[in-house]
Amino acid sequence: MDTSWYLVLSALLFSTGAIGVLIRRSPLVILLCLELMLNSANLAFLAFARSLGDQDGQIMALIVMVVAACEVVVGLGLIVAMYRRRLPLDVDEARGLRG
Amino acid sequence: MVEVAFFAGAIGALGGAIAVIGLRNPFYSVLALIVHLISLAGLFLLLHAEFLAAAQIVVYAGAVMVLYLFVAAYVGNIDEPLWEPIPGQRLIAPLLALALFVELSIAILGTALKTFDSEGPIIQDGFGSPEAIGELLLEDFLIAFEAASLLLLLAAVGAVVLAGRRRDDEPGDGPEPEAGPEPKVGTRVGVGEPAGGIDDTPGRREGI
Repeated sequence: MDTSWYLVLSALLFSTGAIGVLIRRSPLVILLCLELMLNSANLAFLAFARSLGDQDGQIMALIVMVVAACEVVVGLGLIVAMYRRRLPLDVDEARGLRG
Repeated sequence: MVEVAFFAGAIGALGGAIAVIGLRNPFYSVLALIVHLISLAGLFLLLHAEFLAAAQIVVYAGAVMVLYLFVAAYVGNIDEPLWEPIPGQRLIAPLLALALFVELSIAILGTALKTFDSEGPIIQDGFGSPEAIGELLLEDFLIAFEAASLLLLLAAVGAVVLAGRRRDDEPGDGPEPEAGPEPKVGTRVGVGEPAGGIDDTPGRREGI
């Protein structure tokens, strides 16, 4: 398959994730949509690595996976903390930053 | 044959992605994301990224998604209200994403890079194998590797601080006697933290 097919698919997946981030309210689903966007970037990295015959892109994809895992852990910790404090799990409600 | 595999993976990945944003129940969204990730792992295999495909299934579709499922089950079904804070958000957002896709497609298809019209150069054996990735990670990209390990440690500590149970979390419990957590605080002082820890400052209790 040509590299451009993979890149177009990656763009399509990224746009789908962007729609999700924009229209959904639940922080859990927004985190899922962020995963979609990160994974589409990974697909583009791997397509470029294959297209250039260079494995450095695969290392980049691996680091992206690590960062995504960290983001998930912190995000889910925030969601659990919000739920424990009876805060509404809605990103439009939780917009005040008060420490 | 490669085309069939590519389109099967692409349809799975795209269908999973659309199901993630379309389904109302977050639990089903997580399950759809697992379908998406496994299809994507198939595409990674087509791109000769064997180690990444295995890591995608084991780490992502396995461990991370189990974490998501636990939180989705713990929090329960979140009812998303139908009112929109920004009028027409549900119409504008897809238009914005469509514009983004068109822009990216123009950038991809209008590029002057010649490598896009081919499968790529002939690659040597062991491209993307665990040996090759490990060698690169520990020789050329050691700093990135160490930074990643530090980041994972920070995320683990942050998750414990954020989601850990505090004494005043449950409103029904009332003021608890100090007997329970007191010995722990005592042991922590010995390790070198300030007495009482960060959590006991009154400002932190007010909520996020």
